[in-house]
Amino acid sequence: MKAIEFTLNDELVTVDLQPHMRLLDVLREHFLLTGPKEGCGEGECGACAVLLDGHIVNSCLLPLANVHKRHVTTIEHFSRSKRYQVIEEAMIYEGGVQCGICTPGMVIAIESLLNKDPNPSDAAIRIGLSGNLCRCTGYNMIVKAVKRAASKGEGLW
Amino acid sequence: MKNISDSIPKVDAHEKLSGSAKYVSDYMLEDMHYAKTVRSPHAKAKIKAIHIPTLKPGVHVFGAKDIPAKNHVNMIFDDWPVFAEETVNHVGEPVLLVVAPDRKLLKETVDAIQVEYDPLTPEFSLKAFAVHKAFKKGDAEKAFSEADEIIEETYETGYQEQAYIEPQGFIGTYEDGKTTLIGSIQCPYYVKNALLVTLGCAENEVQVIQAEVGGAFGGKEEFPSLMACQLAIAVRTLKKPIKMIYEREEDMAVTTKRHPSKTRMRAAIKDGRVQAIEAHVSLDAGAYTGLSGVVLSRAMLAVSSAYTIPNLDVSGHAYITNTVPNGAFRGFGAPQMIFAIEMFMHHIGKALGDDPYHFRRKHLVKQGDLTATAGIYRDPILMDKMIDKATAMADYHKKVHAYNAPDVYRGIGMSWFLHGCGFTGSGEAEHIKSKVRLRKDEANRVHILVAAVDMGQGAKTTLRKVVAHVLKLPLDQVIFDNPDTDRVPDSGPTVASRTAMIVGGLLARAAEKLKTSWEDGVAYTVEEQYKQPDYIKWDEDTMQGDAYPAYSWGVNIVEVAVDPVTYQVDVIGIWSVYDVGKALDERIIMGQADGGQAQGVAYGYLEVMAHKQGVLQHKNMTDYIIPTSVDMAPTENVVIDNPYAFGPYGAKGAGELSLVGGAPAVAQAIEQAIGKKICKIPATPEHIEELMRRESH
Ligand code: FES
Ligand code: FES
Repeated sequence: MKAIEFTLNDELVTVDLQPHMRLLDVLREHFLLTGPKEGCGEGECGACAVLLDGHIVNSCLLPLANVHKRHVTTIEHFSRSKRYQVIEEAMIYEGGVQCGICTPGMVIAIESLLNKDPNPSDAAIRIGLSGNLCRCTGYNMIVKAVKRAASKGEGLW
Repeated sequence: MKNISDSIPKVDAHEKLSGSAKYVSDYMLEDMHYAKTVRSPHAKAKIKAIHIPTLKPGVHVFGAKDIPAKNHVNMIFDDWPVFAEETVNHVGEPVLLVVAPDRKLLKETVDAIQVEYDPLTPEFSLKAFAVHKAFKKGDAEKAFSEADEIIEETYETGYQEQAYIEPQGFIGTYEDGKTTLIGSIQCPYYVKNALLVTLGCAENEVQVIQAEVGGAFGGKEEFPSLMACQLAIAVRTLKKPIKMIYEREEDMAVTTKRHPSKTRMRAAIKDGRVQAIEAHVSLDAGAYTGLSGVVLSRAMLAVSSAYTIPNLDVSGHAYITNTVPNGAFRGFGAPQMIFAIEMFMHHIGKALGDDPYHFRRKHLVKQGDLTATAGIYRDPILMDKMIDKATAMADYHKKVHAYNAPDVYRGIGMSWFLHGCGFTGSGEAEHIKSKVRLRKDEANRVHILVAAVDMGQGAKTTLRKVVAHVLKLPLDQVIFDNPDTDRVPDSGPTVASRTAMIVGGLLARAAEKLKTSWEDGVAYTVEEQYKQPDYIKWDEDTMQGDAYPAYSWGVNIVEVAVDPVTYQVDVIGIWSVYDVGKALDERIIMGQADGGQAQGVAYGYLEVMAHKQGVLQHKNMTDYIIPTSVDMAPTENVVIDNPYAFGPYGAKGAGELSLVGGAPAVAQAIEQAIGKKICKIPATPEHIEELMRRESH
């Protein structure tokens, strides 16, 4: 078995684990990065979202082998960035956080969305977040938070 | 002093956003073992034999025979076994618990265990009831005998799954003779009391701690007690940390859901008014009674909702079937009944040729009227103002007129409703006897000691705010850690929209007490216990008197477009006005409003769950559809002030109110769009198609 090598939160790591293991389990149990959550384990809820080369992926569906030589960023690392600060302020200001279980995944989705479209329309925001289920908020306050982050964070994305 | 309603940043927002908040599955302990349940594949069967293969080192199996004391989960009715003993009564019923040092071994063992069953004939129809309740108001019989006209209709509602994004879970540890369970729970003391009954141990041998809760909505009210009892048996025996987290499919298959219901309603009409309603509600309780009797009560008590009907004859049954037990879900019986009464009043108005809006409005309750159980609506009711406000926001009257034209396939619907705050009847005074403490330390910090759980609704923020406001302390001087039964008194479960009003009210009183006795630099504790206001009288047997100390009120308007070909429903807008007494934090209340009405509206048209021979057909988040950001429409919500004398700063219940009226509002909107009467939810495209076909012949 070949060791798998990837950049995790800006650090090069090598792991000797089964290549078919779910990235989510590797992150949570091997690296103790518990920011990505398991909500469904089948790619429906987005609670396990991380960034793979800057794009959102559901880590519960991703075999470890697929991240070989690539960049994985979890909320633990993203939360140290300036863009995160803007998203956090907007989420708090608009009331986008309730139970919080969807929230790290939601933040990753917002980052991925703004990365592609720094000034999204309401419809684009709704589509951009549609892979992340939230049972608490009804989404409207999160949609507003994305708008706010986009305007407050001008130039960051 | 600043207005209490002014929003502050939620105290736990940063840790949740940054991923550092610790949910139960995030605990990783040394030498941690894993547990999984062996479950019945049959809806009803006799257990003939259990064959356990030779177990690998470190693997253990537990079942009914290992229960030290009582084999039932302690709740209102004690019929729900911790492990099946001789028979199984629903698919997924727990038979054994397997513990192993790793997940692979765990799965292998679970797969290798053979349980032999003798299948029996299951019952899926509503035949045998476990609970029956009834009450009357006035003289319905007389009103029916004098009626100009009698109108009758039956309303049906389906299952609803809480679908919290965090599945249920616990981790148990053992140290110095004490079993500690950390879990995703709403009611730390429900869990603790269940452990005491099942383990038969001393009070100080068990401890229950709440981890961060990733959504609950009632689903983590009673069900966690079952898991906790099973796990605690293993933890006490093995003296090792054991983690049991359900996977989504297991969670959906075996945890409690909203009771499917059927409500038959008859109305006696005289002089264009409803003089009497006779209502009978049937709930499908599933295999065990659990909390179904209390859910039934709340359903029945909501019978006339925000209308004053002078004569009532109300009865209900909770039936036992060989299906997964149903239980608590935000609204707790009220959504079923409010769907029925809102649709019924609307349908009666139409049948009488009156404008349903006018017809309903002339039956609206007023302050001083008698409730369904002949209690009194003592406090001001602002529904007139609220309805006017909501209709103006939504441009309701113009739209309702425009959408009456044929073939526009648009509709707008409105519900107005109440929600009783706190436990039903004498629950608070006689069963819960809520107790809270405030401990002041030498650094003059004040610690809130209550069993109330923040499951996203913001209890940590609002309760800290209440105490800080009374004491005029900065917020960071007031501390609220997650409940731990070794540290906090039993302030009751986090249910029934009672936390802000009851627990918050007690904390405000405790804070007043602390303020008067305040001694700088001295550590001491003050305590407060719930006392029912003297004027509240309730007779549990006859169901007469004041069923609730206070009521919250709401108006929901929903607009839809229905695709004329696919019958797909598109929710275009939602407008709401709520009276929750006083918002303890406006933004938090807005979050409760938005989230609750999303669940309520989706209950009416989107969320489908059904079983076939006791096997649920919607097994995961792919099959069971909850709204995404694309499904949800923009909302406009307004909260009006109507302070309640006994709530902290005037606050009443807010958590459930926003859910209970969503379904009838969306159903009425769909009804208008398709021009067919809706008596059953969810109104899915399949159901709409059936209605279109049925009535066009
Ligand atoms: S846990 Fe990965 S999408 Fe739900
Ligand atoms: S905040 Fe609870 S699921 Fe989104």
